[in-house]
Amino acid sequence: MSTEPLLTIAGLSKNFGKAPHLVRAVNDVSFSLGRGEALGLVGESGSGKSTIGRLALRLIDASAGQIRFEGQDITAAPERRLGLFRRQAQMVFQDPYASLNPRLRVSSIVGEALDAHGLARGAARKARIAELLELVGLPAAHMERYPHEFSGGQRQRIGIARALAVEPRLIIADEPVSALDVSVQAQVLNLMQDLRRRLGLAMLFISHDLDVVELMCDRIAVLYLGRIMEIGTTEQVARHPRHPYTRALIAASPRPDPDAPPRERMLTGDIPSPLAPPSGCVFRTRCLHATERCAKEAPALRETGPEHQFACHFDISHSPNA
Amino acid sequence: MTAPLLAIEDLAVSFRTEEGEVTPVRGVSLQISENETVAVVGESGSGKSVTSFATMGLLPRPAGRVSQGRILFRRRSGDTIDLATAPRATMQALRGAEIAMIFQEPMTSLNPVLTVGEQIAEAVRLHLGYDRRKAWAHAVEMLGLVEIPDAARRASDYPHHMSGGMRQRVMIALALSCRPALLIADEPTTALDVTIQAQVLTLLDRLRRELGMGVLFITHNLGVVAEIADRVTVMYAGEVVESAPVRDLFNAPRHPYTRALLECMPSRAIQDASGRRVVRSIPGQVSRVERGCAFAPRCADATPACSVEAPMLESDAGRQTRCLRWRELA
Repeated sequence: MSTEPLLTIAGLSKNFGKAPHLVRAVNDVSFSLGRGEALGLVGESGSGKSTIGRLALRLIDASAGQIRFEGQDITAAPERRLGLFRRQAQMVFQDPYASLNPRLRVSSIVGEALDAHGLARGAARKARIAELLELVGLPAAHMERYPHEFSGGQRQRIGIARALAVEPRLIIADEPVSALDVSVQAQVLNLMQDLRRRLGLAMLFISHDLDVVELMCDRIAVLYLGRIMEIGTTEQVARHPRHPYTRALIAASPRPDPDAPPRERMLTGDIPSPLAPPSGCVFRTRCLHATERCAKEAPALRETGPEHQFACHFDISHSPNA
Repeated sequence: MTAPLLAIEDLAVSFRTEEGEVTPVRGVSLQISENETVAVVGESGSGKSVTSFATMGLLPRPAGRVSQGRILFRRRSGDTIDLATAPRATMQALRGAEIAMIFQEPMTSLNPVLTVGEQIAEAVRLHLGYDRRKAWAHAVEMLGLVEIPDAARRASDYPHHMSGGMRQRVMIALALSCRPALLIADEPTTALDVTIQAQVLTLLDRLRRELGMGVLFITHNLGVVAEIADRVTVMYAGEVVESAPVRDLFNAPRHPYTRALLECMPSRAIQDASGRRVVRSIPGQVSRVERGCAFAPRCADATPACSVEAPMLESDAGRQTRCLRWRELA
């Protein structure tokens, strides 16, 4: 078995529009994802996290950089050569109401994926659909129902069953629980963890919610205005953050603890428009530690430990004001 | 002891539908005093937003109506009025002047063809009778109060020129421009990024203190509740299941639903026997029950009696709990 990661993203960029309305939605992003590993992409509006997910699946084409899956360069491969990749990488979407065709029965929604790849027919197809529904915790007897007959959480289970139909090795989940109630969200998160384990799936888990990413992922990449600010293991990023933005994001997340001390340092200002990102470090306009250097020079990612990198000219982790 | 600013008493709200009358809010009571934030927390179908709409007199007519109970509001004049039966004209005069509202999506409340300064100025001319010059100056002052940088210049911007966070600040400025006694905030930070949400929550808390307002804060987010609320009312399937001061609720929840909801939060994940982190989930989904406790079908602590006997809301030590078993489970 090759030692190459399942998915490798190198120097990936995506631009939308043309000057003066050019948006660098993703700007020189690199990371890799091992077999069976879960990497969280976390960030706020305009961070580029969803665009990276779409790029990695080749739903849109990159402006620059390379995407390798199983060692194969798929960045510019023609669609007809993507067959196996299309089978091995699947997406789970945010909105379980919008991502299922309301006119199709569940058996067709899940069965379509089987048909597209010629995986099962007749009685075997029906048995496979039943098996998939049971895998995601839905009664097989419901396969002839329509999406509107299910709750939001159940629809998300159908979306997961559809993704799993082709036995993928990689799931890209874009805010898969954001539209769900807390109690249902927990059901779906536990299901996804369980399936990942049982099926050995790798997962790119895209979310604005650091707590959810921390729960679900082995590693985390923190994005801001199209760039990676920090990447490392969940323990490193969530417990020992080194980038000022990661720290601010953690501090801003509401804690279910009324005795928690009030936030002392809060990010001021708005996320800048992606149409006019700041020069140098894109985070500097909101950073408490920014200096002149930050306006002139974009910091490169630097190592701070095995697998742990952050993009800041300074190391604020030991500063008393951090 | 003075009467509370707002006292909702045994409220029920009904809607006529093609399948007959439904009652998404049943027997809800809560009180808000000056300078106090009461959060109403619940999931989809809990009735939290219907409760807030009833309080504002904004139930869709003629389908929706208050079918039971009172919504007593102490006016600036000192008189108490029942908002559930107040004439429409009275409600219109109250809204904006004494009771203000902010919502999740500011663009639905802001007029896209007026500058933000004009919108605030128009409100204060209408409610406070200011002349144009004074109204504009007040608008700029309000925009400054909600910490919009360079307020005098931004007052001439249109809403679409502003970011989501700035628009939410404008909506707060507009809502507070006539110094209301009661602010009803319905998921006001749900559409915002987390760093902007933190700013808006801090701002709301400061304004509540400075203006001495009562705030009814509707949210699904328990983290936000912990941060902003003095007292919390938890709703499930149209009923209040628990009501308590915020510390008591988080540190010693009494209702099994409250307890389970807290355990559902990813930040409260626990390690299971195999060492992986899991969150507890609540099985199933909200459903209508014919008899007994509405939460019983999903409750880990339910006994056969729970599906037969509907629990009453019991008061004890400043808290209220609707559960047959809360004493033995505590």
